[in-house]
Amino acid sequence: MGILNHLAAQLALIRKISIRNHQTTMSRRIHARRTEGVDKNVWVEFTQLAAEYKAVNLGQGFPDFSPPQFITEAFCKAVSGGPPMHQYTRAFGHPALVQSLAKFFSRIVGHDIDPFEDILVTVGAYQALFCAFQALIDEGDEVIIVEPFFDCYQPMVVMAGGKAVYVPLRPKEGTAVLSSGDWVLSAEELASKITPHTKAIVINTPNNPLGKVYKREELQMIADLCIKHDLLCFSDEVYEWLTYDGAKHVKIASLPGMWERTVTIGSGGKTFSATGWKVGWAMGSGHILKYMKTIHQNSIYHCATAAQEAVAQGFEREHELFGTPQSYFQQLPAMLHHRREKLASSLKGVGLQPIMPEGGYFMITDISSIAVDFKDSDTKDENYDFRFVKWLIKEKGLATIPVSAFYSPEHSKEFDKYIRFCFVKENSTLDAAEEILKKWSQNESSH
Amino acid sequence: WNDSLFRLFRACCVVASRLLLCMFLFRVAFTSLAADPSVVNLGQGFPDIPPPSYVKEALAKAVSVDRMNQYTRGFGHPPLVKALSQVYGHVYGRPIDPFKEVLVTVGGYGSLFSTMQGLVEEGDEVIIIEPFFDCYVPMVRMAGAKPVFIPLRLKSGKKSITSADWYLDPDELSSKFTSKTKAIIINTPNNPIGKILTRDELQMIADLCIKHDTLCFSDEVYEWLIYRGQQHVKIATLPGMWERTITIGSAGKTFSVTGWKLGWSIGPQHLIRHLQTVMQNTLYTCPTPLQEAVAQGLMLNMELIGQPECYFTSLAEELEGKRDRMAAIVQEAGMTPVIPEGGYFMLVDVSALNQDLSDMKTDDDDDEAYDYKFVKWMIKKKKLAAIPVTAFVSDQSTKDFEKYIRLCFIKVNKTLLLWLH
Repeated sequence: MGILNHLAAQLALIRKISIRNHQTTMSRRIHARRTEGVDKNVWVEFTQLAAEYKAVNLGQGFPDFSPPQFITEAFCKAVSGGPPMHQYTRAFGHPALVQSLAKFFSRIVGHDIDPFEDILVTVGAYQALFCAFQALIDEGDEVIIVEPFFDCYQPMVVMAGGKAVYVPLRPKEGTAVLSSGDWVLSAEELASKITPHTKAIVINTPNNPLGKVYKREELQMIADLCIKHDLLCFSDEVYEWLTYDGAKHVKIASLPGMWERTVTIGSGGKTFSATGWKVGWAMGSGHILKYMKTIHQNSIYHCATAAQEAVAQGFEREHELFGTPQSYFQQLPAMLHHRREKLASSLKGVGLQPIMPEGGYFMITDISSIAVDFKDSDTKDENYDFRFVKWLIKEKGLATIPVSAFYSPEHSKEFDKYIRFCFVKENSTLDAAEEILKKWSQNESSH
Repeated sequence: WNDSLFRLFRACCVVASRLLLCMFLFRVAFTSLAADPSVVNLGQGFPDIPPPSYVKEALAKAVSVDRMNQYTRGFGHPPLVKALSQVYGHVYGRPIDPFKEVLVTVGGYGSLFSTMQGLVEEGDEVIIIEPFFDCYVPMVRMAGAKPVFIPLRLKSGKKSITSADWYLDPDELSSKFTSKTKAIIINTPNNPIGKILTRDELQMIADLCIKHDTLCFSDEVYEWLIYRGQQHVKIATLPGMWERTITIGSAGKTFSVTGWKLGWSIGPQHLIRHLQTVMQNTLYTCPTPLQEAVAQGLMLNMELIGQPECYFTSLAEELEGKRDRMAAIVQEAGMTPVIPEGGYFMLVDVSALNQDLSDMKTDDDDDEAYDYKFVKWMIKKKKLAAIPVTAFVSDQSTKDFEKYIRLCFIKVNKTLLLWLH
């Protein structure tokens, strides 16, 4: 019995020791290396801050008004549409949705789009981007990113083992820079970035954050280089319906020789002002899309059925009303045109210099004319615009996003005097922002 | 990985090297075969019973609230992660931090992916118990790691068989752990067999995880579908396991809404944060109104725990009847059912039929497994779709499982009866 007791005591001790040892972290590295260097995220940080300080939120890009009634009705109809609406649908895209997308976009792209071969439905445009990078970018591939860029492109390139190479849009020399159209890409500079390792170029038009809408000639210049060097083109066009002042959105995939090498990405969330539905898509030649489908089926597999059904109904409606005043694709940009003007005048009214966007959800403003004493020593190693935005949230209750977040580490200091506002908001939100700005400038002028 | 699959569904992709190791799942091809409306589909695992009306109502209501149509918190809509924290805090018997220890994903599938991408990489080995939900292998491979298989083995000499008659050989399991083992994936209740791992079996796995300092990925999407006399045990509740386990759940399976594609990972912060990193670089956030509706469904049922109306238990009761009805139908047809302890699938041993399948031979493959041929025959000649079970095992285990097909019984009685006729 003594031996048994002794053994039992030993076992208990061994168990205690082993429990104690692993109650701290595991002795080996736990995480996969692909998660290194991609763990910081500007949205997580600033969304939290805006919520904490209950700031008037012109930061993250989502409408604070409701989606159009026809689309929410379509969703409710789908929800009450019988059991199949609540079960898995076709993995690469709900048939009703891919068919309505193919029908709608074929006439815009000028190419007969096969709904089942040439389209992949994803959880937002974000996941379409992920599938593109994972499917098509390998270790050692270089990807050219035009700056400023929607921040997720860079970590996605890194996670795919690729290397990001940056080309900035630059304000035209010699003229006053008043519009996003005054920021241009140098053909020579772009060409100089292409190497034998270059696999793809990523463009975003209309651009986030600048609002630039690439003209046909600019896209042709990019297309020529893609064809000459046999590159792929990832074209993020989530804001495609939001162009102002007569600017025309052109799809690079519609240029000669480009359908075969372009992945065009779109968003139901941005199209129908329902960002929380997370329905997006990638469109392109089947021989490229099939690789993205493999990634999709090994990561997510299916997207939510009812939301896809609703977006399909939305596109059916828009197909009927295309080009008419009842089309949401006419009404939304017309409404946002006024919001854009309103925000611009509030900013100018307090001495700031906004850059008028030709398209999209956002407006950037040069803040270099404002001198602020940041008493916050915690942020002293951060870029000026980051510090400014945090100060603006905490001290003035107004949330925006620092524009250097949309630049590569090598260029971010050159562009750290701009902040980004989202104007896709109710008038009341823009009024509240205007109040804050007025009060602030009155305080300044009274010193 | 199953050679016959490569030949049947040659969709190998060569563009990015990670794709060399992935391939189209057999389900994609079988789905089109079974899409013929005259075929009764007991193959793919989704209900044709309606979901509870209150979840549908909650979804319709959510869409009418402006804010619910816009982005929510990336790692999980606050009402949902709080509801999960409450429900699972109760189940686990420990407090669960809704913001640090929970991640909402696109289905249980998305949780599996975030887990693999966040915690598994080249040079790692991952132990997979056969038969396994088929996506585990391509996901392990896509993460650059090597799958190591261990089959469940059948106790011999029994006449009527249940899923409990499959067991894990302790010595065999122990031999699979090496210094490269990063994790073991368990699925309980198991798809396709329906086996529920017992506390002793889980303790044996836990002891090995602790001894070899590995992680455990526990796929528990069918956790509520437990039949009479059975108990679902969470491996993360065993001593020393919370710190090294990711537990995966599914709204789709919990509320019979597979088409909502919402799931979750629960675990310690030092693991979950890597899954969160993957999330923020893959799809950023899940749909808001769906998360809102699931949150409400969870809170409603939280109040009803222990009562007959609680969906967490009432669904299992409803399914038990269907399970038994299907077993009877299978036996009448001359086949042998394997009664599952949990989940909504049933293995059926078709060998007693001794069916001649010589005219099901395909041109390119003489070696096609019996169950594949049988399923194709059954779809063509009997207008009934099922899934061949060797799709859930590696090459070396094919001969042990090729006499089984998998049927799904979460179907309305009409569907089950249609087949009978």
